[in-house]
Amino acid sequence: MELDVSILSRLQFAFTVSFHIIFPSITIGLATLIAIWEGLWLKTGNPQYLQLAKFWIKPFAITFGMGVVSGIVLSYEFGTNFSKFSEMAGAVIGPLMAYEVLTAFFLEAGFLGVMLFGWQRVSARMHFFATVTVAVGTWISAFWIIAANSWMQTPQGHQFVDGKFEVVSWMEVIFNPSMPYRFFHMLLAAFITATFVVMATHAWYLRKGQHIDFGRKGLSMTLWIALVLTPLQAWVGDLHGLNVKEHQPVKLAAMEGIWAPTEANVPLLLFALPDMKAEKNHYEVAVPGLASLILTHSWDGELQGLKSVPAADRPNVPMVFFSFRVMVGIGMLMIGVALLGAYLRWRGTLYQSNWFLWPVSFMAPTGIIAVLAGWYVVEIGRQPWIIYGLVRTSEVVSPLPAERVLFSLTLFVLTYSLLFAVYLYFMRKLIKKGPAPVDHLQQQRIGVKASGYALSFTKTLATDAETSNSPATDPKGAN
Amino acid sequence: MELELSVSLFYLLLLGFAILMYVLLDGFDLGMGILYPWFNSDAEHDHLMRSVAHVWDGNETWLVFGGVILFGAFPAAYAAIASTFYLPIVLMLIGLIFRGVAFEYRFKSDTSKKYWNSAFAIGSSLAAFCQGLMLGTLVQGVPTDFIDQSSFSWLSPFSLFCGLAVMAGYALLACCYLVMKSRGELQHKAARYGQRLVLIVMLSMLLVSLWTVWIEPEIRVRWFGGWHALWLIPLPLLSVLAARLLFRDLGRVNRSHKAETAVQERHEERPFWLASGLFLLAFVGLLVSVFPYLLPRQLTYLEAAAPDSSLMFMLPGIFIFLPLICAYTLWGYKIFAGKIEDYQEGY
Repeated sequence: MELDVSILSRLQFAFTVSFHIIFPSITIGLATLIAIWEGLWLKTGNPQYLQLAKFWIKPFAITFGMGVVSGIVLSYEFGTNFSKFSEMAGAVIGPLMAYEVLTAFFLEAGFLGVMLFGWQRVSARMHFFATVTVAVGTWISAFWIIAANSWMQTPQGHQFVDGKFEVVSWMEVIFNPSMPYRFFHMLLAAFITATFVVMATHAWYLRKGQHIDFGRKGLSMTLWIALVLTPLQAWVGDLHGLNVKEHQPVKLAAMEGIWAPTEANVPLLLFALPDMKAEKNHYEVAVPGLASLILTHSWDGELQGLKSVPAADRPNVPMVFFSFRVMVGIGMLMIGVALLGAYLRWRGTLYQSNWFLWPVSFMAPTGIIAVLAGWYVVEIGRQPWIIYGLVRTSEVVSPLPAERVLFSLTLFVLTYSLLFAVYLYFMRKLIKKGPAPVDHLQQQRIGVKASGYALSFTKTLATDAETSNSPATDPKGAN
Repeated sequence: MELELSVSLFYLLLLGFAILMYVLLDGFDLGMGILYPWFNSDAEHDHLMRSVAHVWDGNETWLVFGGVILFGAFPAAYAAIASTFYLPIVLMLIGLIFRGVAFEYRFKSDTSKKYWNSAFAIGSSLAAFCQGLMLGTLVQGVPTDFIDQSSFSWLSPFSLFCGLAVMAGYALLACCYLVMKSRGELQHKAARYGQRLVLIVMLSMLLVSLWTVWIEPEIRVRWFGGWHALWLIPLPLLSVLAARLLFRDLGRVNRSHKAETAVQERHEERPFWLASGLFLLAFVGLLVSVFPYLLPRQLTYLEAAAPDSSLMFMLPGIFIFLPLICAYTLWGYKIFAGKIEDYQEGY
């Protein structure tokens, strides 16, 4: 079989970027939650909030680490695998990423050290400041990368000079038509993803009858957050859909499975098997007129279909079509959980309803799956274009020998599969271990320079006596 | 034209600054991994990891910064360099992945600790080696006819040697960092290894310098043509001086331990700065050899520069945020100033 370097490079990028997005989706929301808990602890003095913050900071740390290492790969992959794209669009994309590094990456990394390791070295307020800074850093990072990606979806503010893009207006480039919708949609998605990871874990504790108070506090808070954010996300998602209809009609046609060049009174397909050869759907299950209503706010509104463009300009319809349904389906499920949770809370039986807690405890990965599905809609849906309507993806791949890309792809698949298994193993381990008792946390807070520190240190040593390899048993190292 | 010239030059200097910061900062924490096999007990390994656990992430960000400055300011060079060095970059990234996650997982593992030890040591060494390999290839220059992405031009005796030399350099930085940040037997060990590494690094630098002027006539002219040698002579002289002082300071730390007397603070701290100085001098030497090329003998910084609209757009960001970044990075180091304590500190 002839290896196609273009397909391999695209597969590799898809694989590495999919792997990467899992981790920021969790850390953006989790950093924000930890900042909220730490703030509440400072405000109320209730040690339960400290317990929440200190427990979740551990899964946060390993998730953040995974995000960092898989993210560095991406910052070089534009050049390694898409050198022509980098040369052509570097003047637009490069500066946006430079701003991401300047305003976000350094900020996160600079304050992460204090957030993770500085509990005993800075005041509680200073620590809170560090946590908030890390959280804000993650939002800023999302802003720039969404700006760059959105420009590739709905490009404007540029001119084409000697085969390269040059920017005419940076405001137009950054605040391109799809950017605001996509930024809020992604930010909300990240908050919801983390919310459901936390919710599932706390539901799991309650179902197991462990760490009851801790479990209740976390479940209660995350259900409130979900009740606000999930309907909000549906609304933002709807606005985003209208924006796609306006600027990327072919993508929308693939999402909804519309074939005719223009169609009025479009049904909403709950299920179908789109067939790209026959240019039609099989086994449709549809609600008449509903798609028109949602997208044009009128029952007989007209929508553009896939056949309005040549077959070579269409994306892979089934992948876009099904990814979209997965995302929306999970979104609906989440709204349902939030509403049901609110109802059970009102009835006063929330913490006893095992039939509710049991399925919720399995919902930890739902947010991540929805995020991935959503990104597949966006990224597969804009194909064959890398810069929508202007540059085709197949034209900008690095002219590398295919074997070399196959080798690196294999290496990434092996490495990432291994690391993902390890990540899940350690997440499970941390969650099974549960939170530290509240009094233990108070003790840990004694500053390095305070007189109580040595005493608390000795106590910690006593607790860890069973781990014989404790570093301080080396007498010379401790003098 | 005048303006364009100076703005591009500014970005070239900025790129140099980013690379230098990366090499110095990630140098010492990659160096920990390179030194790893020479320390054997779990307690020592714990200490090595703990001494850099709070800064490695920030240090590695300079690599990303260097990458995006190249991307944003010199897109053509970013495209050419990244695709030409496809395999070394991929291997470097894989190395960085393994050593990066080792920080998180090693401290949380019971049974799998030995695997994380290897991941850290091998990952760090691989990343450092690949960086040296690429550096060597850049100095040597890739084939001049066209950028041949299927060639293995980065694989030559010279580039392989540079890979090892960079590993030795990073290990030296790590030793000096340990001398500054630890006490007791570990500090003693670091000083001893440091002394040996000073000799290895100086020999490598000498060899690399002679090798480059030997194989590259253009570089030979740059250093020895006309009166160049006269005003360039301070570079090697200062390097030898820095190495001499560094060797002496490490020797003092070494002797204090043997005599079981207290080590003087300035002898603990100076080696790191001297080693950094050594790196700075080597870097300036490198610039002298390759300027004005980003991809030597193929692509100058002027040819590769992005249009003005992009270069000007990044300027305010750089002038506002870069000083801030330096300030809070310094603040971060200050908070964790002093010796590394083997306490159960952290999240």
